[in-house]
Amino acid sequence: MKIPYFPGCTLKATAKSFEVSGIAVGKELGIEFVEMPRWNCCGTVYSLATDDLMHQLAPVRNLAVVESDMEENRVVSFCSMCYNTLRQANNLVINDPEKLKTINEFMDTEKDYRGGVEPLHLLQVLGEVGTKEMEKRVKKPLTGLKLVPYYGCTLVRPEDVSIDDPRDPSIMEEIMKAMGADIIDIEYKTECCGSYQTITNRDAVVERTRKIIESAREAGGDVIILSCPLCDFNLEDRQREVREKYHGFIEMPVLYFTQLMALAMGLEDKAGFEGNQIDPRPLLEERGLLEG
Amino acid sequence: MELKIGYDDKNLALMKEVEEISGQPVMLCYQCGKCSSSCPMADDMDYLPNQVMKFIQIGATEKILEGNTPWICAECFNCTVECPKGIDIAAVMEALRLSILRKNIDVLRIESIAEEEIEDLPPIALVAAMRKLTG
Repeated sequence: MKIPYFPGCTLKATAKSFEVSGIAVGKELGIEFVEMPRWNCCGTVYSLATDDLMHQLAPVRNLAVVESDMEENRVVSFCSMCYNTLRQANNLVINDPEKLKTINEFMDTEKDYRGGVEPLHLLQVLGEVGTKEMEKRVKKPLTGLKLVPYYGCTLVRPEDVSIDDPRDPSIMEEIMKAMGADIIDIEYKTECCGSYQTITNRDAVVERTRKIIESAREAGGDVIILSCPLCDFNLEDRQREVREKYHGFIEMPVLYFTQLMALAMGLEDKAGFEGNQIDPRPLLEERGLLEG
Repeated sequence: MELKIGYDDKNLALMKEVEEISGQPVMLCYQCGKCSSSCPMADDMDYLPNQVMKFIQIGATEKILEGNTPWICAECFNCTVECPKGIDIAAVMEALRLSILRKNIDVLRIESIAEEEIEDLPPIALVAAMRKLTG
């Protein structure tokens, strides 16, 4: 199966390991992610103002390009925030033909967007493959590894764009169980990491990170898994500041779920563990999942 | 004693602006507090989201301006999902931000971000903050 792929700003920058591992995992499962041409940053956050079409141009233009250049009716994002922004913008223009008309008139160098592209998240596309098919590809089951799925906000809220049960999502859990891992559920799994407040209210984000990581640790988790590069930055990189502030705080590795799928499928050269701020390799070696 | 329930035009100005930008019926809020109880950033806010809703209803513009609530909001949509009256409170917070940002007042000063911080920050953080906190 071929499916158009929208990378977004961060998958080519600090979240390279997410892109590389996700594409490799897809290939192993028979999915070819075809990078869309002429893509632009989606804006990362959806504009909630009724009179602000300018900020809807970025996501809608990407959808217009998928429709016109690729003649496809779906596009997949790996990044949760890209997914949310594309999806909300698409819902807006599909339900408001007047706004779509205004946007199309403004994008006079693009073919008109007709609303025919469904934005999807990687987890949804993998979900279509099914866990039975995934189990067949597992070469090194993640036996004994206790994973803590963290969904954050943008995969599950607002409700009309949620990829799963908005209050109790389980799609990541099902996929990682197929990889042989144990799953630990925490109450913070759909709570916000603080998002872009990491710039203007850093201390608040450091505090969020402490709460989420400590909750995962207390529940017996080994590793947080997620699919958002901003959650990753806040929950992984900001742990350094938590450690400086709280003596006795024990760091926990934070990985894109695809990095561990790659490991389980025998594609560890595509897992990109060397790029992680908190090196997960000692833990994985200790569990016999990586050669020392 | 005569009890008057109502608002004068001066007090309604902010509510009108917020309702126009957000498309949300602010007056429907009846102070149940579910938005505040679900807000992950509430601990860092000067006023809780439900208090801000009340301030808008009574036209207490200065209270809102002196508080940090719309600027602490990370747009996680918990309040929006929880509101029993169906008010998209995240959109109300956005409208409050825009009522300031549209006067060409930036809350995030790009030049104030340290060089070493820019080295670490992922593009997604910078783009998101610039979109929500600058005009």
